[in-house]
Amino acid sequence: MISLINIELYKIFKKWRSYIGFIAIGILVPIVHIAMFFEGQHTLSHLTENLKQNFVFVGNLLNGYLIAYLILISLIVQIPFLIALVAGDLLAGEASAGTYRMLITRPVSRTKLVTAKFIAGIIYSNLLVLWLVFTSLGIGIIIFGTGELIVVQSTIYVFAQDDILWRFALAYGSGALAMSLVASLAFLFSSLVENSIGPIISTMAVIIIFTIISALTQVEFFKMLKPYLFTNYMQVWRYFFEQPVDYYLVFKSWGILIGHIVVFFSATLIIFNRKDILS
Amino acid sequence: MKKIIEINNLTKRFKDLTAVSNLNLNVYEGDVFGFLGPNGAGKSTTIRMLLTLIAPTEGSIQIFGKPLNQDRNHILQRVGAIVEKPDFYGYLSAYKNLEILGKISGVEINKKKIMEILELVGLDKRYKSKVKTFSHGMKQRLGIAQALLHDPELIILDEPTTGLDPQGMKDIRDLITYLSRDKKKTVFLSSHNLYEVELVANRMSIINKGTTQVEGNVSELLNASNLKVNFEVDDVEKAKTLLSTTVWISKAESFSLQNIIFTLEKNEIASVNKFLVENEIKVGAIIPTRSLEQYFLTITEKAVNDKSN
Repeated sequence: MISLINIELYKIFKKWRSYIGFIAIGILVPIVHIAMFFEGQHTLSHLTENLKQNFVFVGNLLNGYLIAYLILISLIVQIPFLIALVAGDLLAGEASAGTYRMLITRPVSRTKLVTAKFIAGIIYSNLLVLWLVFTSLGIGIIIFGTGELIVVQSTIYVFAQDDILWRFALAYGSGALAMSLVASLAFLFSSLVENSIGPIISTMAVIIIFTIISALTQVEFFKMLKPYLFTNYMQVWRYFFEQPVDYYLVFKSWGILIGHIVVFFSATLIIFNRKDILS
Repeated sequence: MKKIIEINNLTKRFKDLTAVSNLNLNVYEGDVFGFLGPNGAGKSTTIRMLLTLIAPTEGSIQIFGKPLNQDRNHILQRVGAIVEKPDFYGYLSAYKNLEILGKISGVEINKKKIMEILELVGLDKRYKSKVKTFSHGMKQRLGIAQALLHDPELIILDEPTTGLDPQGMKDIRDLITYLSRDKKKTVFLSSHNLYEVELVANRMSIINKGTTQVEGNVSELLNASNLKVNFEVDDVEKAKTLLSTTVWISKAESFSLQNIIFTLEKNEIASVNKFLVENEIKVGAIIPTRSLEQYFLTITEKAVNDKSN
């Protein structure tokens, strides 16, 4: 199995499209760093404008943590597209290239092949999140240093310097889990068709539609639907930037995300094992 | 003799379309088995079922005496195949493609072995080239290389000469003969070209519309049929007059500027030639032609005649 996973990873990283995500993050994050370097104080003032009447802010608030947090908020919405680009191609790409015929006539079960591809897709998704960690948090700390983290949600939270890293670790971990879910959805769609455009667009369409429905909570029907939409639980990472952390919601969200991954992967296995390879 | 492939009442239906219907077939150890049929006859569907790419609707397949649906992986370890046109990872080199396919097959294949196989199919000089730069013929040869990679006992080739130039076709035929005669492999060769099968196969089966029309030894089946033979002569009119006094005139199908086409048994060709030459007609060439379609007509007519008798 390890050999099969290595082969799949090798194939993924031999394709140009696999680097689009890394390049996109590698360009976007430094742009944010540069912008914050020149405009950061202004942005921070804007964030804390109303609070200055009641609080006195001291120390280095424009630090690597704040920038990593702001990048996380903005990019976590875009990363699913970059993941779908690769995960949607894992099975459908073989069909459109005609290489299914070579693969499936080998003495290895379809279950093993699909599992190896799935694991490779998950590894890819996690590597992309790791790259985000390195570029946003790692480089952010190098350029801007460390300090307290100010988070403005419905409430204002200010986290002490020694109370931040574990929050980032769990937030990025939760983000990686959410991205694995995106990968497993794209992978499922990939097993249904014979070109990779369909799975990529379908995955994004599902995520966008679900996200819009989740946001339209003023409509009663959508409000009722919200708990059943997996996108609702992809924001679990935000709980780690609240005080206290609501672990009930964290574990519930993790459970739902993992449950979806298991269901999507099982469905892919069933579909692929029954599929007639006609390409 | 040991059966390598045994197919019983194999049927595959796609919604309303029956691609293969109650197909029966036996391939024995050491055979070069020609699996013939026109386009759309069900050859590729049968091969896809033999290689578990698609599941049969009904019927059974046994390979090496074991049921394919129960012992798939062990069976496929001993089978190498090309299904239709060979497609590879275009962004990888020929060598890397073979290395990957070898690893998936679960066998240890070192560089020496890969290079030997590439040399066998004449691609050793291009082993570093990306497959997307290969011509169709080169991909076809790489397809054969991947089929031989794990030293299989049974080689299934689905129309391996399609799209090749005459030299490429001959190379593939020579390779099949080499694999059968020198390496003692059993070869299952699908084709729509009767001539090709006649040259390399010892046994054959013809299918049409998903069902077996005929199965047996190539020499026996083909000798039993009539050949269309084109005699290229210098004086067609004189030949026609001479032939009109003999039984051969009934076997002459058409006369054109320099050609007379006969329908003859194989052993009659020499007699017609002798007759023409002895009567001072110069015979420039004797060209036997037997297309699969003509052969079909022959065997179908024969079947109808047998039935009415």
